[in-house]
Parts: sequence; C-alpha cells; structure tokens
Amino acid sequence: MIHGPIEGAPLIEARGLTRHFKVGGAIARKTLHAVDDLDFTIRDREIVALVGESGSGKSTVARLLARVYRPTAGEIYYQGRPLSSFRSRRDLLTYRSDVPMVFQDPFASLNPAYRVSHGIMRGLALHRPDIPRNRRREEAEKIVARLGLDAAGDVLDRFPYELSGGQRQRIGFAQALAYRPRLIVADEPVSMLDVSVRIGLLNLMAGLRDEQGVSILYITHDIASARYIADRVMVMYAGHLVETGPVEEVLQAPKHPYTQLLLEAVPDPRAPLGTESVDQGEPPRVVDPSPGCRFRWRCPLAVDVCSRITPELVELSTGHAAACHVAAAREGQGDAAVSGTRP
Amino acid sequence: MPSAPVLEVRGLTVEYLTSAGPVRAVEDFDLDVHAGEFVGVVGESGCGKSTMLFGIAQLLSPPAEISAGSVHFRGRDLVTMTARELAATRWRDLSVVMQSAMNALNPVAQLGDQFADAMRAHGERSKQVIRERSEEVLALVGIDTVHLKSYPHQLSGGMRQRAMIAMALLFSPDLVIMDEPTSALDVVAQRSLMMQIKQLQRQLGFAVLFVTHDMSLVSHFSDRLVVMYAAKAVEIGPTREVFAAPGHPYTQGLLDAFPSIRGPRLPLTGIPGSPPNLLRPPTGCRFAPRCPKRFEMCDLAPELYQAGASLAACHLHAPAAKEAAR
Repeated sequence: MIHGPIEGAPLIEARGLTRHFKVGGAIARKTLHAVDDLDFTIRDREIVALVGESGSGKSTVARLLARVYRPTAGEIYYQGRPLSSFRSRRDLLTYRSDVPMVFQDPFASLNPAYRVSHGIMRGLALHRPDIPRNRRREEAEKIVARLGLDAAGDVLDRFPYELSGGQRQRIGFAQALAYRPRLIVADEPVSMLDVSVRIGLLNLMAGLRDEQGVSILYITHDIASARYIADRVMVMYAGHLVETGPVEEVLQAPKHPYTQLLLEAVPDPRAPLGTESVDQGEPPRVVDPSPGCRFRWRCPLAVDVCSRITPELVELSTGHAAACHVAAAREGQGDAAVSGTRP
Repeated sequence: MPSAPVLEVRGLTVEYLTSAGPVRAVEDFDLDVHAGEFVGVVGESGCGKSTMLFGIAQLLSPPAEISAGSVHFRGRDLVTMTARELAATRWRDLSVVMQSAMNALNPVAQLGDQFADAMRAHGERSKQVIRERSEEVLALVGIDTVHLKSYPHQLSGGMRQRAMIAMALLFSPDLVIMDEPTSALDVVAQRSLMMQIKQLQRQLGFAVLFVTHDMSLVSHFSDRLVVMYAAKAVEIGPTREVFAAPGHPYTQGLLDAFPSIRGPRLPLTGIPGSPPNLLRPPTGCRFAPRCPKRFEMCDLAPELYQAGASLAACHLHAPAAKEAAR
C-alpha cells in the first residue's frame, strides 16, 4: 500500500535518532554510542552541512538515512512518513531513488569491471520506468553533460580507471541524478579530490540545488567548504548535535565551545595565526559514555552541571541552537544550576 | 638567513620505469634548505612531491630510480653513498616522518622497544641512556612516558604521529623530512601538531622539509615555500610573499581554490582541467593547457625567473616579456 507525502511535512525529519554498536568480546561487552538522540530536519531545496571530526558519528547519520543501518531508537520521517513503515518493494524503491548516496572515495565506489555508463543505466532501468529502454542511453548522455563532463557519449564508454578523480566523482553524482532524487546524501564527496578540482564539484552541488531543487546533506570535516555551499550547518561531536543554525550565523557567532575550537583550528592563510590552544584534539569517549556533556573533558568553560546533565539543543536566536549549559545561561535561556563552581 | 645550506639538491631527476617507457616524476629539481629553516613543499597528488622527498632520503625502490642530479647533505652526496654510509647518516643526522604513523610504526612492538631498536642500530649500548633519551623525546612531544610500554593501537592518531616525531628526534638530527604527517588528523589535532613541530624546531634548531597538498596548512609555519606542478618546481619564495603576491598562475589558482571561513562569501572557480599525464607531458610550459594567462611564449618551456621576492617558472616574468609589455 502506498501513502503519498504528508502535506507540509519537511523532506526529512529525524526525531531522537540513535544508533549504538556492540563492541568488545563476549565478556567485556560494551556499547559504542555512535549517534545519540538526534533531532533535525532537511527541507526542500537546501544544502545542509553536517560537520564534525572523524569519529563524531556523521557517517553513521548518512548510513541511517540511506537505510544501511536501522536506528537503535528514534525515527526518520520522509515527507512525514516514518521510514520504519516502508515495507513494500515499491515504497523502498521510491525511497532509494529519492534519497541516493554519493560516497567519499570515487576510486572505490565505481565498479572497475564496467564502463561508467553501467551504473547510470542500471539506475535508469530500476528507477525510471517512464524512460523506454531505447531512450536510456540518450538520457544518460544528457545527465552526464549536465554535470559538466565534455564529450558525454565518449565518457560513458570509458572505464573508471581512465578517468581522473574529479571526473569519477562527477559520475558518482550522475548515478545519483539518474534517479531524479529529492535529497542526495553526500559523505565527504570532495575530500579525496585535489584542491584545484574540489571547487568545481562544490559549484556543481550548489547548481543542483539552485537549478534542479535537489536538497543535499553535505557531510564534511572541512568547515570552509561547508560555508561555501551550505544554507544551514549542523555541528556534531561524539554522537550529539552540539550546534545548528544558518551557516553564516554559526560561523560568525559560534555559541558552542566546540564549534569555537573547530573554527579557530581551521588553517587560513588570509588571517593571522590564532592564539595557541592547549587542546591536542584527543578523540571523544563514546564507548559507554557517562551522562553529561561529552565535550566537558576538553571544554574551557565546563562547570559542575556539565558532568551531571547532558545538555540539549536550545534555540538561542531564530533557527540557531546550541547544546551547551554555559552558552544557554549566557543567553538567558539556561537554569540557575549553571552558575555553580567549576569541577 | 643562516649561511651554509644543510641540504643542497641540484638537478634531481627521478624516473619510474614503466612498460610504456620512463615516467619522470621529478624533473631537474633544485632546492637549498638552510640550518633551522622550515621549507614547505606543496602540490597536488601526482605532482611528484612525495617522490622528491623519497629521492632526497634515498628511500626509492624499483621501478623508481634517480636518473640524474645530486643531493648534498652537510657537504656529502647522498646519491653516491653506499648503503652502509647511508645507514649511519639516516636517523642520526636526517630523519623521516611518514604520512601514516599507523603503517610506519611496528604494530606488535611497544613504543619503547622501537625507540631502543633505533638507538641500538646506531651503537647505543647503555640501557639507561636509551631509557632516559626515550623518555626525554616522548616528553618533548607531550606524551606521558608510560606510553613507552604502549603498543601503537593503544594510542590515538594524533599521539601516534607525535610518537613518530619523537622517534625522529632521538638523535637531534639536522634535518627532519616530513611527508604529510597531519593528513590523517582532524583540524584541531592538526593545528596542535603543527604548533608543536614549530615549537620543537625553534627549541632544537633542526631544519624541516615539509610536504603537503594543503597550502593553507603551512601558510603560518614555513619560512619558504616550493610549489610543484607536473614534476617540476614552478614557484619558490618566502612563504608570506608567495601568499601575498603569487608569481605563477598555478599558485594563484591554488590560492583561489580555498574557500575561506572569514570575509565575504565569494564564488570561486578552481582550476579547470586536470594535471597532465607525465608519460607524455606537454611540450613547453606544463601548466599552459589549464592556464588563464597563456600566450605564444608558453610553447617553450619556461625557466625560473625572478618574480618579486620569489622565483616563478612562467614566461610572464621573463625579462623579454616584461620588456615587450613596457
């Protein structure tokens, strides 16, 4: 049975999204909290950047959206309908064609045994029944041309090894575009590419949003590239969202101390070197974490309450939220408990 | 700047012998590194920057070989040294920090044993000296000395890279060669490590030759910058000057390819096209096919010309072109 989208519902909405993994042997069983209690939305025609360091859980979010993993708790709603209710082949096919993924490594994500046309044509055969078999090739050429690859017909007949990294990643996007997607989940799509071709891909992603109305969840550790194309940004640390908001606002006036640390660490030849920080960038503790803020071990502002109560995202100005007791208290949104002493 | 260079590379050419013919990964490369100097080498993947480092450290293995040039380190040519002479010099006077510490450290040996191994290989017999020096260098990079008993997998990525640097400093070398030591790290860990390298360098006075693909990373740390493109050095100059007034259009293109987190949000273009296949490099200037400032002269290979405070391999700076423009 098919349900249509629910009127007015956002494209994607996650509520309490959680994913844990069991680690360790049979005796010392532990739980790794990769993603904990995430709430977020992605609307039509917007690029949302998900930034964070390795191990923050951002790729797990991508895999949850692509249904590679099932959530341990919580739910993802697609156009208002819970993903867990998608059971029929037709529902699942529709979701997969609406929300394709583009991977980090363009050298590993294309099948080396097939010409590049293979992946695109397969997508067309599966997800575009409106295109008859004899028109698929023509459609594939159109898509590839739209992605700025010259001599479209020729590129389609090459093997992946004959293409440069930038060209391969364009093919990755071409495969996703063949489905006429609503949301592309792009997990570090440019981090393996050389700087001189990165910008071309980023411009392409912005073009997909502006011209085709596609939304993109852009997962990256590069906050400068996030600023370049994203409308909104979500900062993740140790499985939690610590700050969300319009990209310019978050970057110009970061509220969470982790976001501040991250921004300070970005190398920028145009700006003077920031003050020396003692933070060595140690990875977060996400195996059987104790309650409280997970950034408190590294946080210069940590107070008593941070080790007792896990902070939740609190909206501090329109659309701009941070999960920090101290920031909330500063903005007059927190409770009195914060004014306690440092631990 | 200090007088005698620690490292003098002249005309270094490295070829990979492939079935399709020799590929020149590094061509006619000149470089001086002075005592206590931090030299950054930047370029995109495949430009030959790592091959160049390996050529200097004599770590190339077939099918790669040095086909021409010399690498004088403290006055002696490393290229013509025997394996035994090299072994005595390596690590004691010149050490190398590799890109992936996870692959460079022995996964089944404790850090302390690996440190001791390196010291014993250079004739240190005293257990006490070995232990004291190991603790000393580990403390230098900010790692607790209990980790001498740790295995690499027990350390975080940042700590492993620090441990590699500690190991490189066991003998107070004159030159430390670093091949993208921070590329596996997060921005926060990366910044912290760069700060530490710079601080150690000031404190101990060794020279650094640092290769990276990320130009902005070295912008605040290197004294001089070498930009490589398609096996050749296309620009060499004082780092701040290269950033302020790049002489080569490729350097300019690289600078324009980095979005900034500050200032206005400007549309960027990057550099169209992709680097040439070194099996059949373009005749003339190798950047010409992608260059926005290409003109007739570019059919001829440019030399390094003075461009402000830097040297740039671009005909725009050739005395003849400047004359014509006048």
